Amino acid sequence: MPQGEYLGMTLTVLDLDQENLAYFQHCADHDFHLQQCADPDCGLIRYPPGTACPWCSGREFNWVPVDARGEVHSYGEVHHAIQPAFRERAPYMILLVELDTQSGVPTEHEALRVAGNLVDADGNFAGPDLVKQVGIGSRMRMVFADVADGLALPHWTLDEDAEQPDSPWRYPQEVNGV
Amino acid sequence: MTTDIDATAGKYLRDKYAIIGVGETTYTRGSGMTTRALGTWAIKNAMDDAGIPASEIDGMMSYSGNDSTASPMLAGDLGIRLNFYMDVQGGGSSSEALIGLAIGAIEAGMCETVVVFRSMNGFSQVRIGGTGARASVPVGGDALHAAAYGWFSAGQNFSPTFMRHMYDYGTTPEQVAMVKVIHSEHASNNPKAYYKQRVTVEDVVNSRMICKPLHLLDCCVETDNATALIVTSVDKAYDYANTPARILGVAGRVCKPRIDMHFQHGPISTVAGHYIKDIIYRNAGVGPEDIQCTGAYDAFTFTSMLQLEDYGFCEKGEGGDYVSSGIMRLGGERPNNTSGGHLCEGYTHGMNMIIENVRQLRGQVDDYCPVDGNGNKQHTFNYAEPAAGGGCRQVPDVEITQNLGWAMPGTGSSLIMRKG
Ligand SMILES: [Zn+2]
Repeated sequence: MPQGEYLGMTLTVLDLDQENLAYFQHCADHDFHLQQCADPDCGLIRYPPGTACPWCSGREFNWVPVDARGEVHSYGEVHHAIQPAFRERAPYMILLVELDTQSGVPTEHEALRVAGNLVDADGNFAGPDLVKQVGIGSRMRMVFADVADGLALPHWTLDEDAEQPDSPWRYPQEVNGV
Repeated sequence: MTTDIDATAGKYLRDKYAIIGVGETTYTRGSGMTTRALGTWAIKNAMDDAGIPASEIDGMMSYSGNDSTASPMLAGDLGIRLNFYMDVQGGGSSSEALIGLAIGAIEAGMCETVVVFRSMNGFSQVRIGGTGARASVPVGGDALHAAAYGWFSAGQNFSPTFMRHMYDYGTTPEQVAMVKVIHSEHASNNPKAYYKQRVTVEDVVNSRMICKPLHLLDCCVETDNATALIVTSVDKAYDYANTPARILGVAGRVCKPRIDMHFQHGPISTVAGHYIKDIIYRNAGVGPEDIQCTGAYDAFTFTSMLQLEDYGFCEKGEGGDYVSSGIMRLGGERPNNTSGGHLCEGYTHGMNMIIENVRQLRGQVDDYCPVDGNGNKQHTFNYAEPAAGGGCRQVPDVEITQNLGWAMPGTGSSLIMRKG
């Protein structure tokens, strides 16, 4: 049973939680995979992991490698952290990154929007200066935070190889310099 | 808006049920009581309000997140013998949903008169904001995709939805702050409100940042409280003390296509009200243009705005204009949350906004206006603060109200009532 301490929390994947077990094992291998529906008429990829296909109810699926790059679709920026270990990391960003893979499929407003925190290229939580550089439209790539055997968390860092917007959209009011 | 159906047919049950009594406990931060004691007092207050004896109540329902006491315990304390009870898991927007289910239970012949309650030590025991004991619980399963990122409290959870609305439509912090400003005006005329102080837009946008785009004053006030209401059929409703609030329609726990990670289905700045409106207005036989007073759930300033917009009180994307225009102020065209709501009266998971609308429909809102010899409020309709000679919060001649219940961006419920 993958289990480890991470930022003051005990993270656990139960052995009977087959979908999450496979998902986080791929993350631990630093090789992002998602489930792809095996129905030949569907074939859609889904996130987060689940037991059946949200589009066709199909039960069969395959784990497939997915290019873990995309664009910030929206974010929250936490200044008043709740979980104790996050307090010293505030302000921290919660990013929803829309993957290039399957963006706008099967309908215009559907996409794989993968959550994670903003980290630097080495996987450390972003400092206040880096936080201010990221907003809606920023191009991101995935990095992993190792937690335990069989368990790593996907996070997001600025994609050095991508063309970044001149000024990504940021919340219009910056209070007290934060 | 209105679809032409015979909603008085059994299938729809329009106008066949009513709320006959409402009650609550004092909104505090430190009740010094168990949820069992709080719930018992709230139900007793609702019974006294209706003038209904324990022997004429035979159903009870509640919702909680394992932070309450089960119906049979409270019923036993009050001498109520139950023919039906159901205690469900649920947070915001469960109030409207349970009223619908209470109607269903009565319609099925399982019972005749149902108490719906919510009892919570929302400050001194289980804080919805996630501080205290909730901050360090083990994280497993699906929470690995959220709580592990410090994405955990309601404000953190909803923030990408709110932020995207600003991006999509140019909504400003100052526009949204007006929700708090207006609700604080209403609360100043509510003797029960936890926060009675009127605030300004500057107060809101200069208060400390909690989770962008939410400042402290964009967030509701966690309190200890219990709330209760009593539902029965219209053929019994007129036997009791008050003018019944008749139920025109209800919609319960309507969801966007995904509920875990609803962000996969956009636009993420659209909320469940987008779907609810097609059910609630059909069932009630009225449209947004007929609603004179709204109770749009204000866990945050943004939740009121997003819902009012998606239910069709304004065009999509114009919620910022709507909430900052003065329409929802007392004296405006369609006041919202006249008690001060969750932002100012106290956080109840939605119940207090229904209670307030019931009292509005009776014309007997419990403000600072004088009471005549028959115990009836003599409203002045002066909405200034009490100290400025006002203190009223009664909407004049209100016939139809709507509650817009929120659980999360992807889930909500609604209730439309009329004066009986
Ligand atoms: Zn499929």
